[in-house]
Amino acid sequence: MKFLSSRRRHRAVRPLLLVAALFLTGALYTVAVPDERSSADAGTSTQVEEGRALFAVNCSSCHGLNGEGSSEGPSLVGVGAASVDFQVETGRMPLAAPVEQAPQKENIYSREEIDAMAAYVASLGPGPEIPTEAQYDPEGLTAEQIAEGGELFRTNCSACHNFAGSGGALPNGKYAPALEGVTPKHIWEALRTGPQQMPVFSEEVITDENVRMMIAYLQSLEEEPTGGLTLGGLGPVSEGLWAWIVGIGGLCLFAVWIASKGARK
Amino acid sequence: MAKPAALSEERTVPPTEPERVPGPVLKRLAGPTAWADERTGAAGLGKYFLRKVFPDHWSFLLGEIALYSFIILLLTGVFLTLWYKPSMAEIEYEGSYQLLRGVAVSEAFASTLDISFDIRGGLLMRQVHHWSAMLFVAAMFAHMLRVFFTGAFRKPREINWVIGVALLSLGLIEGFAGYSLPDDLLSGTGLRFVDGLIRSIPVIGTWAEFFVFNGEFPGDLIISRLYMAHILLIPGILLGLIAAHMALLVYHKHTQYPGPGRTDKNVVGYPLYPIYMAKAGGFFFIVFGVTVLMGATMQINPLWTYGPYNPSQVTAGSQPDWYMGWVEGAIRIMPGWEWHIGGTTWSWNIFLPGVGLLTLLFVLLGVYPWVEAWLTGDKREHHVLERPRANATRTAFGVAGIVCFSLFMIGGGNDIIAVMFNLSLNTISVVLRWAVFIGPVLAFIITKRICIALQRTDQERLLHGSESGVIQRSPVGGYSEDHRPISQGEAYTLTHHNEYPSLPEEGVSKRQLQARRWFYGDNMSKPTRAELEAAAHHGHDGHDGDGHDGDGNGHEVAGRESRELTSSRD
Repeated sequence: MKFLSSRRRHRAVRPLLLVAALFLTGALYTVAVPDERSSADAGTSTQVEEGRALFAVNCSSCHGLNGEGSSEGPSLVGVGAASVDFQVETGRMPLAAPVEQAPQKENIYSREEIDAMAAYVASLGPGPEIPTEAQYDPEGLTAEQIAEGGELFRTNCSACHNFAGSGGALPNGKYAPALEGVTPKHIWEALRTGPQQMPVFSEEVITDENVRMMIAYLQSLEEEPTGGLTLGGLGPVSEGLWAWIVGIGGLCLFAVWIASKGARK
Repeated sequence: MAKPAALSEERTVPPTEPERVPGPVLKRLAGPTAWADERTGAAGLGKYFLRKVFPDHWSFLLGEIALYSFIILLLTGVFLTLWYKPSMAEIEYEGSYQLLRGVAVSEAFASTLDISFDIRGGLLMRQVHHWSAMLFVAAMFAHMLRVFFTGAFRKPREINWVIGVALLSLGLIEGFAGYSLPDDLLSGTGLRFVDGLIRSIPVIGTWAEFFVFNGEFPGDLIISRLYMAHILLIPGILLGLIAAHMALLVYHKHTQYPGPGRTDKNVVGYPLYPIYMAKAGGFFFIVFGVTVLMGATMQINPLWTYGPYNPSQVTAGSQPDWYMGWVEGAIRIMPGWEWHIGGTTWSWNIFLPGVGLLTLLFVLLGVYPWVEAWLTGDKREHHVLERPRANATRTAFGVAGIVCFSLFMIGGGNDIIAVMFNLSLNTISVVLRWAVFIGPVLAFIITKRICIALQRTDQERLLHGSESGVIQRSPVGGYSEDHRPISQGEAYTLTHHNEYPSLPEEGVSKRQLQARRWFYGDNMSKPTRAELEAAAHHGHDGHDGDGHDGDGNGHEVAGRESRELTSSRD
């Protein structure tokens, strides 16, 4: 021990101790953390690895190599698999260009690839999982429940998404997208994960049954016959435009025709 | 357009009645008509009215669109009143529209749903009524613009102009009241908007709100009050004013566009019977047909998707009907100015754009005939219309007004425009805040310059004729285009406008003189007889290469232009 005690005030001791401490911490970390992770998703570890590889190629330039986020994109720790499923399957992620809000576009990934990325992001921290069909499928609701879904939709959603789900504007070039043709699963995921500007509606606020009711209402609304051409379902703005174009414009053409008809040539 | 032969009211065709032998139908009708005439004196009136002459022009039919829309509104409105219940009592909807069954709604909303889904033809009638209302106000606006741009409001028609402005403002209120009756989410939001307008009136706002709504918004009486206004009070006033409007039209006789044979002392056109009866009657059916087609094929106000009014809900795309859109827009782009003095709140952010602009529009419109009369000093009677270019300053005023109105309208639909054109809502609002002030000024300047340029074009045509399209090359290699003299009729039309500086300037105050200079100082004056004759002579000689279309005409035109500016007196 004399070898150590006689040199304990040596110049190299402090840096060496620091290195040793870092090494020890790292060693402890590698022992402790993978243990936790393997206990969390033991069966899907290969899927997670696959997802990590896909993530590194497709997502990490903005979200960081480990999903920790960067100046270009938010941290994905705790956003959950549902979020990945929504963002990737609707084509919103990966972004084609830095814009105010990720636009919907064609999805280029297979189901397995999305699942792998979702599994990897889910492994970063707990979050909403991809729902089962029972959670969002609107089948089997009564007419009264669907009507109640309409009330819920008007109260919670129409302020941004418009009374008919045609979408609406938000500040600074952001917008609430139109809901026509959005699949029930994506509506459920959007509610639970709050993508882009949308607030999160958690299960304590709106139950899965409520979500199914609103989805059923939206689907019924789309199937409902209309009183003629819907003119975009945008309300009085487009109605006024058409009143001038078709109404006054058309009648002016008739007026020109009538005035040009003389009794004498 | 068929050019009718000169046919003035003073010189109508002499009746040829005695030579005619009445046919069997007329013979059979003679008895009953004589009976009616002896008791009503209809024949005398008929003689006067049936020979009444109206001039022909498509723009004279804009007012007719408004009149016919009003008749359609009365007809479809009566149908709707048979089932509509003006009550705010809350009931559970049990009708056939599945998606609202079991929802608590007002009786007004439920009965409107019944009209839409359970009454045969009800939805068609509702949609025809609503489209017709949009067209009624739109046609009134279009008619007003025609009257404005052609100067038809000048003496002796100022009172009729004011009646028209009253009709327009009442039309807006009538439309708004009707829009509020179904008690759906949008109409309730619209009522909330008006509630805000009323409350923004300084000091007395809250009391005024309590008076109108019988307590706090929304209360339980506003629908029945609006119903009374919508089906009784305002239509009654509208009917009376329309009658006065038409009576004055008959009394003043119709205005006409300038043209050969048309003066301030005659009306050139066709008699009411049979020509105008056929034309106007036919046009009524066309307007009715177009409106019904719109009602049948284009959905309007689908209130079942809006749902019942609920003060806790406001949907994206909440807008009023188009004719209130400019007020909505003004309020949307207004910065949030507010004062607190003592215990009172002065909401300038709502009062100025809302109550202020509404008042400003109708006051400006109402006083304009007198403003222009003061500016021009013109107190003469006018029955021949002015072409818009002939009165550059007025036309510029009008276009500036349209631009301002349209910019406010864009503000009213800023969210729809932001979504449709991928723009930022905030940018639209900020740009509009400046544009509503700068736009009209630019529009004024540009319009005035365009009008003056058009006056110059007319002058060119008068003096040099129309371009023949035949290019000639002279022996020395120069090119020139032949001009053909225009017809006498066209020359008459082109010179048939007012020459304002000819008005006496004695006894006119210095400020009024300045105003006059500003108003018509840039107008071109008509060419003199000597100039026309010289031009005609020149034209007969034919062009020889140094004509007025090349660039060798500098000295001549420059010399003429400086004199043509009417600020120097002729």
